[in-house]
Amino acid sequence: MRARDFLLRLVFIAALLSVWEALVRALDVPAYLLPTPSAIGMALVRGVTSGLYEEHIGITITETLLGFAVGTFGGLLLGTAVALSRRFDYFMYPIIVMFQAMPKVALAPLIIVWFGLGITSKVVNSGLVCFFPLMINTIVGLRSAEEDRVSLMRSLAASPLQIFWMLRVPNALPYIFAGLEIAMIFSLIGAIVGEFVGAEAGLGMLIQSMNFTMDVAGQFSVLLILSVIGLILNGVVSVIRRRALFWDPSSRQGASRVRLPAAQQQDAL
Amino acid sequence: MDGMETALTSREAIAVRHLSKRFGGAGGGVTALSDIDFAIGEGELVVVVGPSGCGKSTLLRILAGLLPQSGGEALLHGTPITGPRRDIGVVFQSPVLFPWRNVLGNAMLPVDVQRLGREKLRARAFDLLKLVGLDGFEHRYPWELSGGMQQRVALVRALIHDPALLLMDEPFGALDAMTREAMNVELQRIWMERRKTILFITHSIGEAVYLADRVLVMTPRPGRILDSLKIDLPRPRGLEVMNTEAFGAYVRRIRVSLNATGGLD
Repeated sequence: MRARDFLLRLVFIAALLSVWEALVRALDVPAYLLPTPSAIGMALVRGVTSGLYEEHIGITITETLLGFAVGTFGGLLLGTAVALSRRFDYFMYPIIVMFQAMPKVALAPLIIVWFGLGITSKVVNSGLVCFFPLMINTIVGLRSAEEDRVSLMRSLAASPLQIFWMLRVPNALPYIFAGLEIAMIFSLIGAIVGEFVGAEAGLGMLIQSMNFTMDVAGQFSVLLILSVIGLILNGVVSVIRRRALFWDPSSRQGASRVRLPAAQQQDAL
Repeated sequence: MDGMETALTSREAIAVRHLSKRFGGAGGGVTALSDIDFAIGEGELVVVVGPSGCGKSTLLRILAGLLPQSGGEALLHGTPITGPRRDIGVVFQSPVLFPWRNVLGNAMLPVDVQRLGREKLRARAFDLLKLVGLDGFEHRYPWELSGGMQQRVALVRALIHDPALLLMDEPFGALDAMTREAMNVELQRIWMERRKTILFITHSIGEAVYLADRVLVMTPRPGRILDSLKIDLPRPRGLEVMNTEAFGAYVRRIRVSLNATGGLD
């Protein structure tokens, strides 16, 4: 049954591509507007075999992963500080709300000015974009420990530090991992947007230069690569999450379920 | 006279004197507990019975050191309870197990918190798990267990660090009636084997009479102890004891005193 469904899926996609190919040819749509799937495939093969894509892929992935690391570290750190300290929360709250509402990608031009055309500006941009979902989820997660569980720990004469490490942190992990999954995709977006605004290399820069030369088939092939990169990065985080959170009902059910606080973040990229 | 006095107090595990608790500000507050006075002997199983809202859970939280009293004092082996203590084990109404810890890990939580050394207490944990009929389940996770089994794990967790006092806050209240009776039989067996001092809280009169050496009857608004009733039924008590005349007489007497104060609405 499952194998048949999978096969049906493939057939459906193949049919869709055939219709696309046929329509573009029949209606004689110019290649600079919409290329045929076969032209996109050829552009992909050309780009990969010539080694052109290789370098750009490496740079974009490096930016994304570094940005993810920086943003994640910052989000965890600041989220923990806000969750633990009422005073810190009080002073930080208005700033957080303001930044949360602001589209972070709008900062990209400024960041290019500050950090230059090299890889640093992209790392900063990507880190900034993925920082918020993680911080918000860390705050919510650390604060979500059930009252009963806190009472139990207190009844055992546990210190606040023990309550933090033995209860609050594991309790926050499902939220933090949900944040990580979103942050992973966000950091790729942040890197690409940074490259759009100004870069010497990377897949975002490649898309723009192809745009200038009206190589639309090439752009489609890069988009294809980007979505594969996104799928792989997200898949890696998902697998780690399922391993680490085997005890969490929403993780055990397989498909990733994005938790509310992070989902709300999606529109404030 | 003096000698007798010390002899008496040394046999007391718990002494509660003029204990009171008020919630809320001056004037507008609520008196949850008023002038509570009782003692529990070493190894005694005392059950506090009363309707919901009579303050029995508040009493337990004060004894567990989770809540400060407003007046009076509570002593455990002569020392006042001023905060959470390592020599008290608590079983709550829900099992409160951590899903990221397996059965053994949950049972070992007090050992980890109090740094008693897992290796030293491993044998004891296996012993206790066997005592509650969970041998073979050490490496299972809470979500794989039934409600009754989860509460057994909670009981082992409360016993693992060998506390001087076991506080149980309606521990079987969330279980179905059959499981609840089975758990009562089991608790009696464990208590007879280990002779822990237990303060057990319930709103079920039958459960109170079945389990208790002594029943403290509590009434609400403000929470007071109305009656202290020694239950003279031979142990071990089987479930059939509930059908005896003596059992019925105890139940009726408790019901009458609760009714007299409007405790049972």
